[in-house]
Amino acid sequence: MSTVREIKRRIKSVKNIGQVTRAMEAVSASKMRRAQERTLASRPFAEKAREVLGYIAAQPAGGELPHPLLQQRPVKQVGLILITPDRGLAGPLVSNILRVAFRFIDNSPAPVQIIAVGRKGRDFMLRHGPPLYAEFPRPPDALQVTDISPIARLAIDAYLEGTFDQVFVCYTDFVNTMTQRPVIRQLLPIQPEPDAHLPADFLIEPSPAAVLDHLLPAMVEMQVYQAVLEAHASEHSARMVAMRNATENAEQLVEDLTLTYNKARQEAITKEILDIAGGVEALRQAMERA
Amino acid sequence: MAATMSLEIVTIERKVYEADDVEMVIAPGVEGEMGILPRHTPVLTALKPGELIIRRSGGVEEPFAIGGGFMEVRPDKVIVLADTAEHVDEIDIERAEAARQRAERLLREGPPPGGPSLAEIRQALMRHEVRIKVVRRRRRHRAGPSSMGPDEMSAG
Repeated sequence: MSTVREIKRRIKSVKNIGQVTRAMEAVSASKMRRAQERTLASRPFAEKAREVLGYIAAQPAGGELPHPLLQQRPVKQVGLILITPDRGLAGPLVSNILRVAFRFIDNSPAPVQIIAVGRKGRDFMLRHGPPLYAEFPRPPDALQVTDISPIARLAIDAYLEGTFDQVFVCYTDFVNTMTQRPVIRQLLPIQPEPDAHLPADFLIEPSPAAVLDHLLPAMVEMQVYQAVLEAHASEHSARMVAMRNATENAEQLVEDLTLTYNKARQEAITKEILDIAGGVEALRQAMERA
Repeated sequence: MAATMSLEIVTIERKVYEADDVEMVIAPGVEGEMGILPRHTPVLTALKPGELIIRRSGGVEEPFAIGGGFMEVRPDKVIVLADTAEHVDEIDIERAEAARQRAERLLREGPPPGGPSLAEIRQALMRHEVRIKVVRRRRRHRAGPSSMGPDEMSAG
């Protein structure tokens, strides 16, 4: 009898797990949508900023040095901002991004230091990776620019004082719900897109350098902001898919267990009937003999 | 009818404001206030923290507190890329006042180790002062004889 009761208990607990994973799927789905909306909302700024930067960068410099944040230097030290989730249960997301990060570190011509954003990446790099230069907690889901401005500022400062000659950002690009692609993009120095053009001849006041002073740090912030949003959307969608699979597995398991349970129950009944029938037969024979 | 132009205010987070019937924009350029009318010559300019006033047709005036950024002016269109931008009605005056006092205290006591630098605190102080100023001005405006309705926050 104990096996039947045990199977029953297992069915119950698997059902519970299924309910939990289904709830987690729903939570992740709504968080993912919100992250996507925020990404879309930041797009107008991104397009405009790129356009203006391309325009100013295309101006004749007049013998001036390019703005420090645009200057290419020989690369002796590289910084890598690694954006990862704090928690697992997101399928292969974390291992995928760490693999890409490691390929980058192995192929880099100069030594790399890590600026970790999020605990998964930090923990892994502490154990197996190059030294950490800084670490930040994973920014909240209700992301504001002020949440990531310390990250951007740290990157800019480290670049300006020569700690890093290049800064990259590594995160998971949200392609769609089923696909998240780990990518590495260059953050600093900023590379203007020369094909961006504005439809008019602008006066630039007070000077191109002064406009760049405002524009460039804002662009770095914007890139970090968007990278974090993409990473959030990816994390939630990966978790959503993982949780959906878990829910389906739980359902399958419940089905299998129910079958086993019914078989065990049937077996027990059969055994009982056999017992009774055997008993009756024995009784009858004993009475006949008497 | 006076000529109008369109205007957009965008920040990294979102498009804050959009209108098609703007008659004049007064913006806090780094070299002083700038008044922009339609058919202005194309200009790219940096902005400092300050008050950005939009005059729409029909005498409607929309003040914003912006935290610096820059502005692209075209004959028929103005685009403001701001670090922060808040419509006057969105500003919480008590919180702005509290933030201003905090920044002032930090300035007096010197920046905390590991915290924001002196320059950043000054920047923040300036932003908070701008927000307070924008709200105060608006209140005076409303208290006086004004043709403005209580709410003209209908964008575009």
